[in-house]
Amino acid sequence: MATKESVRETSYQIGADQLFVLTAGAGKPVLVLHEELGFPGWMKWNEELSDRRTLLTPLLPGFGRTPRAEWIMSVRDLAGFIARGLREQRLAPIDVIGFSFGGWLAAEMAANDPALFSKMVLVAPAGIRPPEGEIKDLFKVPALEYLRESVRDSQRTAEFASLYDGGTSPEQYEAFEDARAETARLAWQPYMFNPSLPHLLEGTANLPALIIWGRDDQVVPMSTAGVYQRSMKNSRVVIFEACGHRPEVEASESFVREVKNFLQ
Amino acid sequence: MHLMWFTERQYHYDPETEPQRSRTLETQILRHRSFFGLPNENFDARHGSALLNEYLDEKIYSEELGFDGLMLNEHHGTPFCLGSVMDVEAAILAKTTKRAKIVLLGNPVPTVANALRLAEELSMIDLISGGRLVPGWVRGAGSEQLANNSNPAYNREYFEEGVDFILKAWTTPGPFRFEGKHFHFRFVNPWVLPLQKPHPPIWIPGLVSPDTVTWCARKRFPYVALATRLEPTVELWNLYTQTAAREGYQAGPENFGYLQPIFVGENQARAEELGKRFLYGGAFAHFARPEWMFPPGYNSKEATRRMARLQAAANFQGKPIHAGGGNETDEELEEIRRGVYAQYEQSKKDLQMIAGTPDYVIPRLRKVLEVLRPGIFSFWLDGPLAQKDRIKCLELISREIMPAVRQIGRELGLTDPFERAPGSVPLAAGREPTPVAQVDALGSAPA
Repeated sequence: MATKESVRETSYQIGADQLFVLTAGAGKPVLVLHEELGFPGWMKWNEELSDRRTLLTPLLPGFGRTPRAEWIMSVRDLAGFIARGLREQRLAPIDVIGFSFGGWLAAEMAANDPALFSKMVLVAPAGIRPPEGEIKDLFKVPALEYLRESVRDSQRTAEFASLYDGGTSPEQYEAFEDARAETARLAWQPYMFNPSLPHLLEGTANLPALIIWGRDDQVVPMSTAGVYQRSMKNSRVVIFEACGHRPEVEASESFVREVKNFLQ
Repeated sequence: MHLMWFTERQYHYDPETEPQRSRTLETQILRHRSFFGLPNENFDARHGSALLNEYLDEKIYSEELGFDGLMLNEHHGTPFCLGSVMDVEAAILAKTTKRAKIVLLGNPVPTVANALRLAEELSMIDLISGGRLVPGWVRGAGSEQLANNSNPAYNREYFEEGVDFILKAWTTPGPFRFEGKHFHFRFVNPWVLPLQKPHPPIWIPGLVSPDTVTWCARKRFPYVALATRLEPTVELWNLYTQTAAREGYQAGPENFGYLQPIFVGENQARAEELGKRFLYGGAFAHFARPEWMFPPGYNSKEATRRMARLQAAANFQGKPIHAGGGNETDEELEEIRRGVYAQYEQSKKDLQMIAGTPDYVIPRLRKVLEVLRPGIFSFWLDGPLAQKDRIKCLELISREIMPAVRQIGRELGLTDPFERAPGSVPLAAGREPTPVAQVDALGSAPA
C-alpha cells in the first residue's frame, strides 16, 4: 500500500514535449487520468488500490508541473499525445481509470485505438452530451464552488477537506486557474463533449469497460451513463446511491471494491 | 488636444422622477453583485428604446457643442451599457453628423469571431462618415467572453491575430488567403475598403495592462487609459515611452489619451449630487463578479499569480475572490450600498472623479493634464441622470470647461494624433527618451 510520501515524480520526453508522471505502488501498472481541476492529491482509494497495482498518474500538459504544449488544442490532440507516450514506453495495453475530464480523455484514446487498453474504468466521464440535463459549467463559477458541488455533501464527505489540500492557498488558487485555463483550451466549445465520440466508441466493442456514476451527480448528469453503455457493448454501469460526482472520495470503499473486482 | 464625450449608455431610471423603479433596479444589481448577468426579464424594451434614442440625440448634439470626437464603446449582457453593438450606433452617427470623429473604443475583436465582417463594417462606417472613423480594439471584458462564448484562454491570441488580420484586409490587395492560428479565411477580398489611407487611425483603450501598453507602443497606436488611477497610469505611460524608444521613436502627448468622469453643475451641491450617482449600482466595482471578470485563461500567468496573493481584493467589498454570496439580508445590502457611495469622497480626493462648478473643475482638471499630458481627452458622464441633466452638463462643459482645457492644452503642448502622427518623432538608438507623463506634477490635489 503506497502512501503519499512514496509517490515518485518522473519526467518523460514525448517528442518535443515533457510529461511528468506520478508513480506509486507495486505490481501491474494502471494509468490514472485526472479530472478537469488537475491532480486532486493522493487519496485513500489511491492507497488501497496501490497495494497490488502500480498507479501511473500523468500530470496532463498545462496541469500542475507539466508545461503546456501549444499544439494541443483539443481533447483528441491530447489523447494522441498520451497514446504516443504509452506506445513509446511500451506500456500498452494497460488498464486505465479516468475521472470526469480524464474519463473523456480515456474514451477518446480508446475510440481512436482500443488496443491501447486492456480494461477501462470511467468514473462519471464527460465527453458525451447528456440526453437529459447539462454538464455543470466550470468556467462560470469559482473553482471552489465547482469543487463543493462535485460532492453530494461536502460536510459528510470525510476526505473532502483534503482534496486539493483544502483548495484555499494562493498556490492552489493558481493551480486551479492553470487547470481551468487548460480545460478551456481543450473543451470550451462544445462544452466538455465531442459529438462524434459516441459513434467512434462503437468501435471499442470488445474492450471491457466499467462505468461508475453517482446517482446525485451535479456535474455530469447520470443520464450520460446510458449513452456510454450503448456505445460500448462490453461495458457495465454501476450506480452509487447517495453519491455525487466523486465516488472515489464519497464512497471510497465501495469504489475500491468495484474497481479491484473489475481489474482482477 | 482632441476632446471627446463619452457615456456607457446605461439602462437606468431617473431617481428624481422615477425613484421607486430606480431604487428597485439598483437593489437588484447590488443583490446580484453584478451588472453583468442581471436577468433580462428586467429589461423594458420601450424604456430601452427611449434611452437609446436619447443617447444618440446627445451624441449628435455634442458635435454641435464643439466636441471633436464622439466616443463609443460596447458591452454585452448588462444594463451597464445599452450599446451592445456599437457599430450600429456608429453607422447612424456617420450619417447624421458632419465633422466630429467617430471614435470606437473599442471593438472587442475576440468576441466578434468574424474579423472579416468587422473589417467590412468599419470600412462602411468610414465611407459613410467621409473618413471620420477612429477604430479601436479591445480584448473585451472577461464577462464578454462568456456572453459571446469566446474562449478566454485564447483571448489575447484572438485579439492580436484579429487586429493583424483586419489591418491586412484593409491594406493588402486581394484576393489573398489568411491562415492564422485561429482565423482562417481562404478568400479575403473585401470590396468595401476604408476611405482613410492606408487605413483609419487606430487608438487602443485599456485599463493599464502592461501587455497591452507595450503592444500599443510597438504598433505606434495611441493608448487611451480609461479613468485609471494617476500613479499606475504614469508608470504604464513610462513603460510605453521606454518601449517606444526601443522602437526608435520619441512618444509624445499624441500617443496618449485619458478618460475621466466629470460632472458640472451650476452650483457645487447639484454637481456633486449628480457626481455621486456615478457610483450607482456599485459602478465599476460591480461591473461583473470576479469569476466572470476573470474567466479561465483570460489573465496572463503573472496577473493570475498576483491575484492569487490578493485573494481578498476582489471587486466586492470584503468578499474573497473565491467566495460565493448574494444572500445578503436587507440590512447587509443597505450597508453595502452605503459602502459603495462612501467611496465618493476618496474618488474626489484622488481626482478619479471631478464634480463641481467650472471654477472647481478647471484647476483639478489642469492637475490631471499636467501629470498625464494626454493629447486625447474624453469627458465621461454616467449614472442614472435624466437627459435634461446630461444636456445641462454637456452645455456647461462646452461653454465653460472646453475653452479652458484647450488653452491648457496649448500651454502644455498637448499635441493630438491629428496634429502629429503618433510615432513620427525619431529617437536615435541608445538615447534616453523624455518622459511624457510628469510624475512630479502629482503633488497634492487643489484643496
